[in-house]
Amino acid sequence: MPSTIVTEEIELIHADKGPGGGNFAGDGGNGGDDGDTGNSSGGTRVPQRAYITGMIIALAGILMFFMAFVSAYIVRKDMPNSAWIPLQVPRILWLNTFVLIASSFTLVRAHGRFTAKDEEGFRHWWATSTILGVLFVVGQIIAWHQLAAQGIFLATNPSSSFFYVFTGAHGVHLLGGILALLYVQFRATRKVARGTAIEVVSLYWHFMDGLWFFLFLLLYLGR
Amino acid sequence: MSSHAHTGGSTVHAPMAEPSGFIRKYIFSVDHKVIGIQYFLLALTAVVIGIVLSLLMRFHLVWPNATLPFVSGGQMSQEQYLALVTMHGTIMVFFVLTTAPQGGFGNYFLPIQIGAPDMAFPRLNMLSFWVTFLAFVCIIAAFVVPGGAPISGWTGYTPLSGLGEISGPGEGWGQTLWIVSISLFCLASLLGALNFIATTIDLRAPGMSLMRMPLTVWGWFVTAILGLLAFGVLLAGGILLLLDRSAGTSFFIPAGLVVNDQLQPHSGGSPLLWQHLFWFFGHPEVYIAILPGMGVASHVLSTFARKPVYGYRAMAYAICAIGFLGFMVWGHHMFVSGMSPYSGFAFSVLTMSIGVPSAIKTFNWLGTLWGGKIQFKTPMLFALGFVSLFVSGGLSGLFLAQPAVDNMLHATYYVVAHFHLVMGVAAIFGIFAATYFWFPKMFGRMMNEPLGKIHFWFTFVGAYCIFMPMHFIGIAGGIRRYADASAVGFLAHLQPVHQFMTIAAFITGAAQLFFLFNFFYSLKFGPKASKNPWNATTLEWDTDSPPPMDNFGGHYPSVYRGPYEFSVPGAGDDFIPQWLEPSQVARAK
Ligand code: HEM
Ligand SMILES: [Cu+2]
Repeated sequence: MPSTIVTEEIELIHADKGPGGGNFAGDGGNGGDDGDTGNSSGGTRVPQRAYITGMIIALAGILMFFMAFVSAYIVRKDMPNSAWIPLQVPRILWLNTFVLIASSFTLVRAHGRFTAKDEEGFRHWWATSTILGVLFVVGQIIAWHQLAAQGIFLATNPSSSFFYVFTGAHGVHLLGGILALLYVQFRATRKVARGTAIEVVSLYWHFMDGLWFFLFLLLYLGR
Repeated sequence: MSSHAHTGGSTVHAPMAEPSGFIRKYIFSVDHKVIGIQYFLLALTAVVIGIVLSLLMRFHLVWPNATLPFVSGGQMSQEQYLALVTMHGTIMVFFVLTTAPQGGFGNYFLPIQIGAPDMAFPRLNMLSFWVTFLAFVCIIAAFVVPGGAPISGWTGYTPLSGLGEISGPGEGWGQTLWIVSISLFCLASLLGALNFIATTIDLRAPGMSLMRMPLTVWGWFVTAILGLLAFGVLLAGGILLLLDRSAGTSFFIPAGLVVNDQLQPHSGGSPLLWQHLFWFFGHPEVYIAILPGMGVASHVLSTFARKPVYGYRAMAYAICAIGFLGFMVWGHHMFVSGMSPYSGFAFSVLTMSIGVPSAIKTFNWLGTLWGGKIQFKTPMLFALGFVSLFVSGGLSGLFLAQPAVDNMLHATYYVVAHFHLVMGVAAIFGIFAATYFWFPKMFGRMMNEPLGKIHFWFTFVGAYCIFMPMHFIGIAGGIRRYADASAVGFLAHLQPVHQFMTIAAFITGAAQLFFLFNFFYSLKFGPKASKNPWNATTLEWDTDSPPPMDNFGGHYPSVYRGPYEFSVPGAGDDFIPQWLEPSQVARAK
């Protein structure tokens, strides 16, 4: 390095702190999800928005998971020699779909009540959504029973295989959503601010709702 | 610690208390550093097993009729050879090349390098590790279940993998365990990816803009995105495959298939569907294995050439470009599957276009070295080796990327040579570079330099001796996964080449003892490491070696400049760390 070059360049090093991730240390004081390391005062601090980010990322992963099934469905259905017999979807699915969409609306209501600081109303609408969610799952199980009664099982035909895979995989995810709804209803979240928890769970629920609508259209129209 | 208390932008907190008790501290720890080391040790165990398996294979290829003490019946059967192939590939790809760079070093250093006290979701992080561990237990269990390990390769191609015991020993229990293991691995990797991405987005220290992140962080970040989008697809495929095997569905098994004189009760499934699902994951997976290594190479080359990374932005964008293109090229593994020539052409062009960002990276590595005051420390040697192997292995990819040429070379040793150089050995070199580079930070002691150099030269020369001749066997038509080529007329005369490769493999394998000895000896007896033994610039060198529980001992760093300010004209030192306030930067006299 030639020694004739002097100090000026050093000033070029930007000293501004720029748009970093921001100061997670100052954010509310809600610890990360590791609150039980035995020290809450100085524990890891995670900004609340990280939970939202985390949920959006998780949904991207879940979307890929379901899209793998969906693309397999589309490919498998139209293959020559696919032995595909279109499946008449049980009619109760219409009702189930309606119930699930309704649950999203009641959930939006609940969220609105929460922002309006109406705890009573929030709990009411939140519980309504949970019950609608449970009804949906029950409806799906009834649909399975109806198919089974017709002698249509998982391995009967590729179309029924996909039907059970779609509804099963979605059902498992929805059950997870119901557990989350119940958790928010009955337990105080320790590290996640209540508002954040509500937002995160709502995100998940609406996504599962939309996903089901898509799968239903696929099963119904794309037979 | 108190010396940090007055630094302007830093926030000071009471240092976090460590959990007491062995179990909370070392076994079910939520500390990303402990989890990183757990991943690393898991990978170390896996790589030892994987190497032993590969040596057994190399031995069998050269002395197929030798009597072996541990094999029932004395001689290794062809199925047993295939089981070795499968288990070697699976263990290496998943539990070494995916686990060590991302789960191990990524976990340990990503939070520290961005100035965070931990991952965004520490308990999720712990869960990721333990699910990975469970997956590892499952795959190892496949050795001991009735029928032994599966024989369908690391790609688990259907219909072989979808039928059960009828299609071979190991296809019963062994294959089921394989699928369960891979599915668990997918799940764990998804959780891990989520954590990495959220952490990078939301937990960066003040001043740590995206374009000030070390290239290692870029590597881990983009790798996590690839993992997030790819592992779910393999998981879905794994579930369908499991259903085919155990529930009698026909996703992947065609009608009228007769195996071992028995008609299989399936109708109309498509084996190619599995290939599509697998390779949609599989190609991104090879970048999952290599991108962290690319980050480490950039990082280490810059540090030991005492020069900024040449074209930092281009390097970051190239990582993104490789990740993006990586999702559109999976068809190049299926050129011979009877795909339409138009698709073949599209996949071919897209595949070769990955050469562009790859070349950008390579030239920028060379540019980083150009005119530098290079210090040939062991991590530097391995980083240089990484570049060399990446180029040697990547070039053969360009031949394979052309359907007409690939028709000849597919499923030959040429492919094996290609991916071992570019993925296998290059990624391992990335891991070695990272280990030698960060060992002082992780364990507070230095590794032995002379031993490291001996290890490097044996491994570097050895790897080329094993995998260069392999290309010729492939071009001559040597088919991969054949248990015994000595009886194949047109291949018999190549046996001496196989012998040479086997001898090289045994020597290279033995040379890894230099590493293992160095590693464990230095853990206990290595000279104590200072905070910043390499005079490096990124945040992990701002804290103790090893770092305290909350990484920075109660203060959170702020970042004032890019990650690679080496040999800045006019500065007093030849490096300016990211955490140094402008007023503290020494000036040349
Ligand atoms: C410009 C760069 C590259 C090109 C053009 C390329 C091209 C190809 C092609 C066409 C194949 C298929 C060969 C066949 O099966 O007939 C292949 C196989 C493979 N490549 Fe590459 N490749 C490149 C870089 C890489 C990198 C960076 C990695 C890993 C880090 C990698 C890992 C693999 C693996 C693991 C396989 C074979 C898997 C198997 O069949 O078991 N390649 N490559
Ligand atoms: Cu590929």
